[in-house]
Amino acid sequence: MATSMITTLDQSSRAAARGFSDISIRNLFIIPTILFLIVFNIFPLIYSLGYSFTDFRASTNAPANFVGLKNYRDLLNDPYVWSNFAITAKYVIISVAGQLFVGFGVAMLLNRDIPLKGLLTTLLLLPMMLSMAVVGLFWKLLYDPSFGIINYALGLGTFEWLADPKMALYAVALTDIWMWSPFVMLLSLAGLSAVPKHLYEAAAIDRAGPFYTFFRITLPLVAPILMIAVIFRTMEAFKTFDLAYILTSQPTTELISIRLYKMAFQEWQTGRSCALAYIVLIMVLAITNIYVKYLNKVKER
Amino acid sequence: MAHIQLKNISKTFGNHTALSGLDLDIADGEFFVLLGETGAGKTTTLRLVAGLEKPTQGRVFIDGVDVADWGAAERDVALVLQQYSLYPRYTVRENLEFPLKSKLRRLPDAEIKDRVARAAKTLRIEHLLDRKTDRLSGGEMQRVSIGRAIVRKPRVFLMDEPLSALDAKLREALRTELKNLQIQLGATFLFVTHDQIEAMSMGDKVGVLNHGRIVQSGTPHEIYSNPRDTYVASFVGSPPMNLIDGKLVGGRAVMAPTAFELPLAGGTKAGVAAEGRPLVFGIRPEDVHLESGAPVEARVHDVENHGVEKILTLRVGDATLRATVPARTDVAIEQAVRFAWNPDKVVLFDKGSGINLRHAG
Repeated sequence: MATSMITTLDQSSRAAARGFSDISIRNLFIIPTILFLIVFNIFPLIYSLGYSFTDFRASTNAPANFVGLKNYRDLLNDPYVWSNFAITAKYVIISVAGQLFVGFGVAMLLNRDIPLKGLLTTLLLLPMMLSMAVVGLFWKLLYDPSFGIINYALGLGTFEWLADPKMALYAVALTDIWMWSPFVMLLSLAGLSAVPKHLYEAAAIDRAGPFYTFFRITLPLVAPILMIAVIFRTMEAFKTFDLAYILTSQPTTELISIRLYKMAFQEWQTGRSCALAYIVLIMVLAITNIYVKYLNKVKER
Repeated sequence: MAHIQLKNISKTFGNHTALSGLDLDIADGEFFVLLGETGAGKTTTLRLVAGLEKPTQGRVFIDGVDVADWGAAERDVALVLQQYSLYPRYTVRENLEFPLKSKLRRLPDAEIKDRVARAAKTLRIEHLLDRKTDRLSGGEMQRVSIGRAIVRKPRVFLMDEPLSALDAKLREALRTELKNLQIQLGATFLFVTHDQIEAMSMGDKVGVLNHGRIVQSGTPHEIYSNPRDTYVASFVGSPPMNLIDGKLVGGRAVMAPTAFELPLAGGTKAGVAAEGRPLVFGIRPEDVHLESGAPVEARVHDVENHGVEKILTLRVGDATLRATVPARTDVAIEQAVRFAWNPDKVVLFDKGSGINLRHAG
């Protein structure tokens, strides 16, 4: 009964009266989505692969010439691009590690009976619901050396968060940590509440200390879901553009996606930037694959 | 090895009273079974002894020392739960080593190895030592979790329905194993169960728990043959004791609405005192027998064949009672039979309070 309700249309429904069959309704829902996906995602993806082998510039009318792998060769030999990658790697590591530490820590604190737990959790989730651009603009004000509240609260005088080339990347990462730790916290909370309580009791009876219990029971059981959080956050951090672009324009904070943006829309090297986009795509895929392999290993254990 | 005493323990969870005025005394080296229905407070009692809960009122003594302020680790108890509670993602060996590797009492490696080997041998899980725990069957898991309890040589073993989740065959096997283990270790066991067969077959002493109180505590034989009240009489034994309303008239039991009477073993002190009062007569099904010349006629209402024996439900007027008869007895449903009881085995309860007259004194 239940399956037949899903697969066939109710004969007395209005849809049936207008001559729809369930196949036509299914197509009605799916075909626009597929078309949208093809036009805006899949077609540009393939088209840009073609451009990546040419010297095309979108700002001129000159026809695109096929140059083979020259774009790729040039990019991979370009020390500036490599330094962009190095900055990105540093940013990803700081940001994801920070989110993991803060998010999991807060989840540990929340994973107990405390009053107003639901309200507290919801409030803590707010940062990740904001728009990246809004967060960027707000934190720019918060970081401001002369009237920013951060320097005022910490008594740092006119400390330059964003203008200091050494500090700027950390400041961007800090903002990202503030914004996305709640995401890690949410996943960690789900993982922590799934650890059976009787295991903790058994450990207490077995005289395990708090650290021992944490490393031998809590962490191994939460590890798979933490890995998922890490995968998501790594992919996102790798692609970070808006936050860094809005907050500062230091060469030390030029992440790979900012480099890509400049190459494509300021220097109009369309062909070259397509090649760079492909390099980034392959890298993200490779990193994600390594994580997924590791995740499966963690799950199996 | 330890002597455990609970004195006037009460425990409430919000509005719910789990235990009220509970007293318990478990001698050193005793296999004590706490028997009761779901919600009677068995697990709460166990958790109080383990130190996982604090009593609302009353005191817990281990070896005469008040352990109110001691945590679970200091009480040196081992706990085996129904849900196995093995540490996931570890091998059987790692699970067994876990309690020995704690910082509070780290043992030398050779000693750990030795103890794990001995526990594995006792429980016959040596071939499983390097397997992950999630690849074990229920019986194997429960053995490992018992193993994790015995490697430690704790003062008390606490077991919370450890056999309930297992299938019947395995339950029987582990029942015997556990009892042997207890004899071999000479340890104090507090075993919680709702299964009266487990209680009867394993316990040195059984405490029947009802609504947060110990109703009766004694050897399985005492509880079975001389239940303190009608609750114990109907809870212990399968099928339960027959309870029939009646009166005592001239040394004979006269059943009230259905008007049949049976002789009693005459002249018991209680018997005389109870003359004429409304009573409940209790008789075990195995003490009811069918005989052609017996005093009461009944009809066979139902026959349950258990292989070694048959359990008959007999109907006399509106009353029904159970009788256990040898399997070869040939009876058909609705057949008329005559039965008698063993007059020495009849237990008299007061109708109002349900208390056994022999216990009331």
